[in-house]
Order: sequence, then C-alpha cells, then structure tokens
Amino acid sequence: MIEQLKDSFKTFETQLNGASKSSWHQLRKKAMVTLESNGLPKAKDEEYRYTHLGRILDKKFQFTDLSMAGRDSNHGENILFHDADAHHIYINNGIVDKEKIKSLAVNGLIMLTLQEASDKYPKDIDAHLGNHSNNNKDAFTALNTIFSYEGVFIKVEKNALIDKPILLHYSTTKQLKQPVYQSRNLIIVESGAQVEMIESYTSHEEEEYFSNHVSEIVIGANAHLNYYKLQNQSNKTYHVDNTYIAQAKDSVVTSYIFTLEGKIIRNNLNFALEDQNCETHLFGLYVAHGDNHIDNHTVVNHKFPNCFSNQIYKGILDDTAKAVFNGKIFVQPDAQKTNAFQSNKNILLTDTASMNSKPQLEIWADDVKCSHGCTTGQLDEEQLFYLRSRGISKSSARGMLLHAFVDDVLDKIKIDFLHDFVGAEMNNRLD
Amino acid sequence: MLTIKNLHASVAGQEILKGINLEIKAGEIHAIMGPNGSGKSTLASVLAGREEYEVTEGAVEFLGKDILDLAPEDRAREGLFLAFQYPVEIPGVSSNNFLRTALNQIRKYRGLEPMNAVHFLKLMKEKMALVEIDQKLINRSLNEGFSGGEKKRNEIFQMAMLEPKLAILDETDSGLDIDALRIVANGVNKLKSKDNATIVVTHYQRLLDYIVPDYVHVLYNGRIVKSGDKSLALELEDKGYDWIKAGVDGVVS
Repeated sequence: MIEQLKDSFKTFETQLNGASKSSWHQLRKKAMVTLESNGLPKAKDEEYRYTHLGRILDKKFQFTDLSMAGRDSNHGENILFHDADAHHIYINNGIVDKEKIKSLAVNGLIMLTLQEASDKYPKDIDAHLGNHSNNNKDAFTALNTIFSYEGVFIKVEKNALIDKPILLHYSTTKQLKQPVYQSRNLIIVESGAQVEMIESYTSHEEEEYFSNHVSEIVIGANAHLNYYKLQNQSNKTYHVDNTYIAQAKDSVVTSYIFTLEGKIIRNNLNFALEDQNCETHLFGLYVAHGDNHIDNHTVVNHKFPNCFSNQIYKGILDDTAKAVFNGKIFVQPDAQKTNAFQSNKNILLTDTASMNSKPQLEIWADDVKCSHGCTTGQLDEEQLFYLRSRGISKSSARGMLLHAFVDDVLDKIKIDFLHDFVGAEMNNRLD
Repeated sequence: MLTIKNLHASVAGQEILKGINLEIKAGEIHAIMGPNGSGKSTLASVLAGREEYEVTEGAVEFLGKDILDLAPEDRAREGLFLAFQYPVEIPGVSSNNFLRTALNQIRKYRGLEPMNAVHFLKLMKEKMALVEIDQKLINRSLNEGFSGGEKKRNEIFQMAMLEPKLAILDETDSGLDIDALRIVANGVNKLKSKDNATIVVTHYQRLLDYIVPDYVHVLYNGRIVKSGDKSLALELEDKGYDWIKAGVDGVVS
C-alpha cells in the first residue's frame, strides 16, 4: 500500500504546478517520509488495537488517485440545518464551495479555502499548519498531510464576537468507485475572540467511502470556542477524524462529538493546554446500532499549572455494535494544581454489542486532583421493574431510562437547533 | 377482589412460597406479618410481577382475571399497586414526567382519554396535600437523594395519584419515625374506600395502631400458618413468633 501511496504522491506533485516549492509542500514531503517509515497501523498497534483500520482500508479502497480532479462541489445529499441562522460553509466530496465561502466575510471573521489562505495569509499558514498535529504519532494525520489540498481556513480576529455559529456542512454525492476524501482545516481564534463552530457530517446513503479529516485549531489567550461535531453519515462510511486543539492561557474550549451512524468511525481528539488557567470540556455521545464501530480516543495534555479539564463520554450500543473509548490525561511535572476529570459510561442493549473502555492517566505532578471512572452495563433491572410496576410499558420504561442516561450531555448543547436535532434523533432511536 | 390459591414460587431454584391461600374482598385491610425470611416480600413481589420469581404452582385471580401471565405494567393497569420496600432512585427521570406517563398509560389501557396538563397538575396538588409531600421533592429526579422517609412518602403519593384497587404496602413502615409513620398511615386511611383493598406487609405491630387491619395473617416458612383479627397482631407483639414457629415446626416434625 505504501508503494501505491508513493506513486500516487508523484502524480499529485505533477498536478500542483508552481505550488510544489511552497512551505506547505515541504510539509507534504516530510509527511511522506514519515509515513513511509511508520506505515499504516497494523493489527498489533496499541493505538488502533480495537479498530483495525489499516487492513480494512487496504482491502477496500484504491489509493491510486487521490487528486481532486473532476470532483464537483455541488451540495451533497441529506444536508441538515439548511435554514439555520449560521454562517454556512459547504464541503462536498472533500471540495469547498469557493464562491459561497467568500461571500460570507463579516467584520472580524476571515473564511477562505486553505489554498487561498496560503497565498493571502502565508504567515498564519507557516506558523500553524502542521505545527499542532503529529504525523509521527498518527499515520492518518500523516496521510492527510501528504494528500490534503482542500480545506477551510478560518480566522476569528482579536476580540471579535461572532454572533452566529459557523456551520461546516460535510457531505458526499454518489461516485463511480469508492472514493477517498482528505480535507484539512486550520482554525485560528485570536485572543479575546469568541465563536461557535459546528461540523455536520452527512453522506449519500449508498456511497461507500473513506474520509480522512484533520483540523488544527489554535486558541488565543482568553478566547472562547464551543466546537461541535455531528457525525450522522451512512452505515457505509469509514471516517477518521484527527483534531488538534492548542489552548493559550485563560482560554476556554468546550468540544462535543455526537456520533449517530457510521460503519467505522475513529475520532482522535487532542488537547494541548499550553499555558496556565486553561479550561477544557469534552462531551461525547455515541449511539451505535447494526454493525457500527465507533472509536473515540481523547488526549488532554496538561503542561502548565492551574488548568481544568473535564470529560464525559456516554454511549448506547445496540445489535452487534462495537465502541471504543480511550481517554488519556497527561499531567506534566510543571502542571501543579491541575484539576482533571474523566468519565465514560456505556449501556449495552444486547448481549452481542461490545465496548472497550480504557482510561489512562499519567500524572507527573504531585499537587493535583484527577479522577476517572468508566462503567459498562445493561439497563438497570430494578429501575425498569419500578417503572413498569406503575403501569409504564417496557418500551416506554427503557426509553425513559435511556433518555435519563443521555440527558446530562444533551443539556450541555448551547445551540438550540442542534439541541433539538440531536434530541429528536435520540427520541427516534431510543423509544 | 384477590384470590390466591395454593401459590408456590421460587427464586434461583429455591422454593420460598409453599402454598399460600388468601382471599381479599373490596373494602378490607389485611396485614401480613411474620419473622424475617418467611416469604412476606416474596409474596408482594410475585403479586406485582417481578420477573426473577418463578411461580411453580397455584393461581392468583385479581378481579376475576388470572394475573400470573400478565406483565407487571398490565397488572398495574388492572389496578394493582406495590409500594416498594426499597424504592428505587432513578436519576434523570422527573417525578412529573414519570407520573404523567404512568397515569396516561393506565388510562389508555382502560379506554380513557389522556389527562391534560392542567388536570394533571391539579390532581398532583390535591394528592400532594393529602400525603403532605413537598413540591420540592416532586421537582427532583425520581427518589434521587431522598431520605428513607421521603421515599416511603413518595410511594404513598404515587399510590394516591394512581388510585389502585389493591395496594400492597411492603414494609412501608420500616425505618420511619413516628411522625413519618403517622403521615404515611394517614394517607393510606384517607385513600381507603369500600371499593379498594390494602395488604399491609409489616414486621411491626406499631403500624397497625394507625392502619387498623380487618385481618392479620402470619406467614412462616412460605405458608400462612395463622390468621385472626387485629388482636393477633397484639399477641405477636407481646409474645414474639417463637410460639407460632414451635407450633408449626412441631406439627411438621
């Protein structure tokens, strides 16, 4: 497969014309070297132990043509929230709608394709692109770095308050053969700025595809970001998401991942707390059925004193669905007075669903408060019986208990239309 | 109203009820007493339909219907109510939503229209006053963080809301101080009518000073070994269970 990728990269280079001398392209070359020596994750790779992506991708997808030629940028199928009060950006089959994104500019908010940004904002690109992600640690990040060409550049300028959410619609239309999409985002929220972002993923229900997405998000001092991902693709979607968030001092980031559908979904969410007094919240909710496979890996790296992080991930697994949670918290030697909490709770609705949950805390400082907990079990029989003994049907009782289980995460959603959508999806799934 | 004939039940292969016979008519209050492990709570659980108990023999007829094959929710809809010995905490489920769902599913089963929000709230207010339960408790998640007494009072409140034909109070008095006991008993007495009946399962004669039974039954080793009127409870309070045990065990051996 690596040989295939190398050939593909050569073809890709010839299509780049003058851009092959750019600093961005130097990143690509380096990433190719890294990927060549590391390879894609193998079955024994600890990080991908429960999600054997390397083998599956190798079998299923052609990595020969990763260029962008001939792909249309029409809006794809099943897009949600068309009418929502938001800044709408459309990315179909990995291609950004260039005209639309340009038309959105408002005071304090710069939104461009990554290509255009590399001409207009070379300083930002040089300072950040590839500097917060890790090609060596994650092969899919390297793969994306090598081949990504398209993506979204967002810069929220100093002290800007963005009045409505930025909504990125990722969609697909039916292609002739199983395609591979790689898109890349660079998001810079400058000091004192405040913004909400949503990435909403949908797809054509018949299309089998692999999308490999990387976002680097840079948060300035005292900046605030609420960052939502809604993964509602088809059960033929193979999706890897690597998100790297670097926080400067006094900043607050709240992230949410809702995974409602997907054949194999792997999310790597990485937080680096790069200065004092950062606050980080991570909320996750996955509701898997059929043979869905949903894998969430999180890393919160506390490097400086007086930071706070809290994560709550919850899952409901039906049929033969599988899910994985791996949450790493690092507390570095200097990060005294760290408060770091983590909880992962799962309900299995069948005997054939399975969950692998692994909290990992590495604490090198001595004056910290850290805790983690994970539970995986069935619905509580006592609670079910109690509700039924009052005349409530078994299915209603199950629905009530499942709602109760997810409500504390749902209640954290601050955007009404998103809250309503996820709430309604939960109703459909759980009742 | 309720006819239990030769009821045998076991849990995890061990027989707990070994042939219970009992007849309860509308308007009556029956007390079931007995030493620990005699099968009192098992009887209550079997009647309510708890699934881990297996009925191996016998029949239970409730208002002319065999209920042993009914799901727990259908027994409740027929008019059976169990006040739990250990009410379950259900975080995230509001008492309001819970009771409204229960009430309306019972009404639907009986062919009645759902109760609208205004009527429901009015009914809640009325019944809350009856069992002297605080609105603050009802605003919280079901039983979450309630004290023992508050949980028991909430059971009686639910009973008042659902207006069962037969209520089974499973050791509702255990752990209650005298004030809470009075409130609970008072609620039960106010709800009593000539059309409904109550089974009071208890350890202690004290409750029966407040809820006066028409009949008292002693359950021992899975059978009702003695029945009488309220004076039997006083006798048990006075003499304990040993004389009954001795009598039964003597006969058996």
